[in-house]
Amino acid sequence: MARVVVDVMLKPEILDPQGQAVQRALPRLGFAGIADVRQGKRFELEVEGPVDDAALARIHEMAETFLANTVIEDFIVKVES
Amino acid sequence: MTARIGVVTFPGTLDDQDALRAARLAGAEPVSLWHRDKDLKQVDAVVLAGGFSYGDYLRAGAISRFSPVMETIIEQAKAGMPVLGICNGFQILTEAHLLPGAMLRNNHLHFICRDQKLRVENAETAWTSDYTEGQEIEVPLKNMDGRYVADERVLDELEAEGRVAFRYLDVNPNGSLRDIAGITNAAGNVVGLMPHPEHAVEPLVGTGKTDGLGFFTSILKKLVNA
Repeated sequence: MARVVVDVMLKPEILDPQGQAVQRALPRLGFAGIADVRQGKRFELEVEGPVDDAALARIHEMAETFLANTVIEDFIVKVES
Repeated sequence: MTARIGVVTFPGTLDDQDALRAARLAGAEPVSLWHRDKDLKQVDAVVLAGGFSYGDYLRAGAISRFSPVMETIIEQAKAGMPVLGICNGFQILTEAHLLPGAMLRNNHLHFICRDQKLRVENAETAWTSDYTEGQEIEVPLKNMDGRYVADERVLDELEAEGRVAFRYLDVNPNGSLRDIAGITNAAGNVVGLMPHPEHAVEPLVGTGKTDGLGFFTSILKKLVNA
């Protein structure tokens, strides 16, 4: 089975307090030099059958209507294997 | 015959009983609706109550938006049926694109529970006509994902059309843009807000005030006069 990954990230202009909280914790933990952190979501889809154009189009539609809220989030679809 | 107000129960809904009670106290006939039924049981209006439908696991309201009951509600809301979304219900309405914008995690990342002052900015919606414009009310607020966001163009449009229905007063509890606590669609039949009017309908509980009852008397008056 092929794996397709959908990465979902808040749009750059949307405040990401979760990412900020992580970024603020880093120096406290001894990890210096990180100017910014943004936190997103990764969906790993195990796809039955071939990952052809039709399958990718369906996954794109799934990401657009359900996995991401395109009012606030961007997404990228990648075929992993 | 009095108006029938339906309240939807999704898995994880918490405030359906309070919403049904508020409808009854206002003089309506409360009707329980189940998320897997497409049938709205001939209700005249629908309340989407607060809670954590489907655990909010993907995004708040994102999974419920695709439930069978929502298919009918989206269709009916577009045809003019009054719909009130409170808290999780507001999140479901934005996910369903019945209201613009989106709801995100509070800017301070904490769950918040407080008595919240609001200003009624629009007293002409189906759910706010028993208030007056500029009236200040106090109702409970409790949420994790209460930060209203939309792009500047949408925010300007909402302001220009008087569609910001409620604004937070004194404290912005979650980082909502322009202190927005609730909005309405252009027709005024769909209203969503984060704070909980259904918890402030009897003097014994909530804030000790009955400031929230006006939502339910507003809709009743509209439906009975219709």
